[in-house]
Amino acid sequence: MIVVVIICAVLLTISAGLALVRAEKGPSMLDRTIALDIVTSTIVGAIALEAAWSRRIDTVPILVAVALVGFVGSVTIARFASVEPEGEGRILTREEIAAAETERLEAETTALGSSDAEHHGGPAQGEVRE
Amino acid sequence: MNGTLDVVLDVLAAVCLLGGSLLTLAAGVGLIRFPDLLARMHTATKPQVLGLILMMLGLALRLRSGPVLWMLLLVALFQMLTSPVAAHMVARAGYRTGKVRKELLVVDELTRDLELAHAEVAQAEGASTPEDEKGRTARDENGGEEERGSVS
Repeated sequence: MIVVVIICAVLLTISAGLALVRAEKGPSMLDRTIALDIVTSTIVGAIALEAAWSRRIDTVPILVAVALVGFVGSVTIARFASVEPEGEGRILTREEIAAAETERLEAETTALGSSDAEHHGGPAQGEVRE
Repeated sequence: MNGTLDVVLDVLAAVCLLGGSLLTLAAGVGLIRFPDLLARMHTATKPQVLGLILMMLGLALRLRSGPVLWMLLLVALFQMLTSPVAAHMVARAGYRTGKVRKELLVVDELTRDLELAHAEVAQAEGASTPEDEKGRTARDENGGEEERGSVS
């Protein structure tokens, strides 16, 4: 039994690793969702394997719970999936983050410089004046 | 006698657990190697249904106790109820946001039906102006023929 359990554990670990690679690469949000679904089913398999190995039954309710709520994540993400701009799905490089950050800071400074009266102690909008 | 039965059941459980793990591994490999969203969804369903059922069967054969059996049945039942919902939502979102690669599909009935429905709606709208109608239906029929030709 122990040999089988070790083989199964290795297979499940490889599978979870490959799914994580896809979750990191995945060109779109939905690919990542599917990869995380695979991770969920790998976790279910691992818990079942552990229970089969040590003949314990107290982890079986965990299986029920995971099987029941495992789909919530992917449904939520799929529900709010929208058309992403090209290149949105990948992780930015260090230079791109720096460029975006400087751009944001510049926009902030210009916004601070050109403060309008309305947001800085100007007359209230709905006030009744005699 | 009892010892022999135990060994047989253990071996069966081990085979089931190995099968479930192999299906999970197949899902992982497919997830890396397959080219587009629908193919990856296809590979993702293997451990979710058959793999899970094999795992539960192996666990039940190993535990061999009454009440736990029902709970394991419940796990398989819940998974079979919920995973189609998730797959449907993901596939719909993928189709609508253009993640489906049309050139990889052998049959694309949804696109064909949507185009036919759009043509019908356009035709119904055009019926109010009878002068327009002839030209529009002729054009739609031509368009429909072309679409069907390109799909098949």
